[in-house]
Amino acid sequence: MIIELPLLILLVVTAGGAIMVKDLISAVFILGSYSFVLALVWALVGAVDVAFVEAVVGAGLATVFFLLTLFGTTEKDTHIRRSPVPWSALLGLPVLGLLLLYGAGDLPAFGDVASAASTYISPEYLENSVEQTRTPNVVTAVLMDYRSFDTFIETIVIFTAGIACALILRKGGS
Amino acid sequence: MIRPHDSAIVRTLGHIVIPITQLFGIYVLVFGQHGPGGGFVGGVIIAASMILAILIFGIDSPDSVLARKILHGDGLGLLIFAGVGGLCLIGGGQFLNYSYLQIPSLDEASQHYVGILLTQIGVAVDVAVTGVSIAVSLSFDEDEISNDEVTNV
Repeated sequence: MIIELPLLILLVVTAGGAIMVKDLISAVFILGSYSFVLALVWALVGAVDVAFVEAVVGAGLATVFFLLTLFGTTEKDTHIRRSPVPWSALLGLPVLGLLLLYGAGDLPAFGDVASAASTYISPEYLENSVEQTRTPNVVTAVLMDYRSFDTFIETIVIFTAGIACALILRKGGS
Repeated sequence: MIRPHDSAIVRTLGHIVIPITQLFGIYVLVFGQHGPGGGFVGGVIIAASMILAILIFGIDSPDSVLARKILHGDGLGLLIFAGVGGLCLIGGGQFLNYSYLQIPSLDEASQHYVGILLTQIGVAVDVAVTGVSIAVSLSFDEDEISNDEVTNV
């Protein structure tokens, strides 16, 4: 509890800062620090694999891609001109937030053994993954063995993204 | 195209940091079954080391020859992943059911272990190639941009 509150405040501050700041390059770096704080939160709640991905992809690779994109643009559009906030957003977003808070009251407590997510098939994975696959990291066993077809489609998605970027952005040659 | 960096500090640090990053990426990839990590994260770290080489030394430098070579490997990782699935098909089972990998002198659980390792290598290769490919695609040709500006004005 003593460490969760500062992390939450940092998360909100960095997320707001990335949106509010005028200079786009500063926004990219603030977004990187947001990803780093989020990785700490994931590690705190025990999702180490997700924390690893968040730190490497969010704070590392995405920052480089954003910066490369910004360096490819001209000086003019590195500063944002912001139109005033429409009244529908001022009215609608608090209502949406209240609805989400109302819905969050029904969520099971963190680590609840009797919740729907941890009663159906996860106990089977947790109990059998070591003797079925000799893989102590259950996350890897689920991703690569029990749910390997999903991972296969994800790999196709990544491959398609690379091909599409090359087709759209590379002009002629190489 | 990205021009090579002319600072001696950056170039010297690059020569030290890039091999360590690559080694760490391979460690994360291979260690993914016993700790946090796995194919995706390992591939991203390896891609990050190659992007670092491109940013510091430029794409045409001999120091970033690996990044140039890997650009020809588009789809290789997907081929490894699908190849493991195809081997399971040939072994008489379902697609990506590692129990049918038919590796002699290995029990079923160890076959699953080998299958997970091979598919992880496939994911890592795919992610690494895609990361470097997107970074190269995003590094625009500067002459091209100046030409566009002239036509716009």
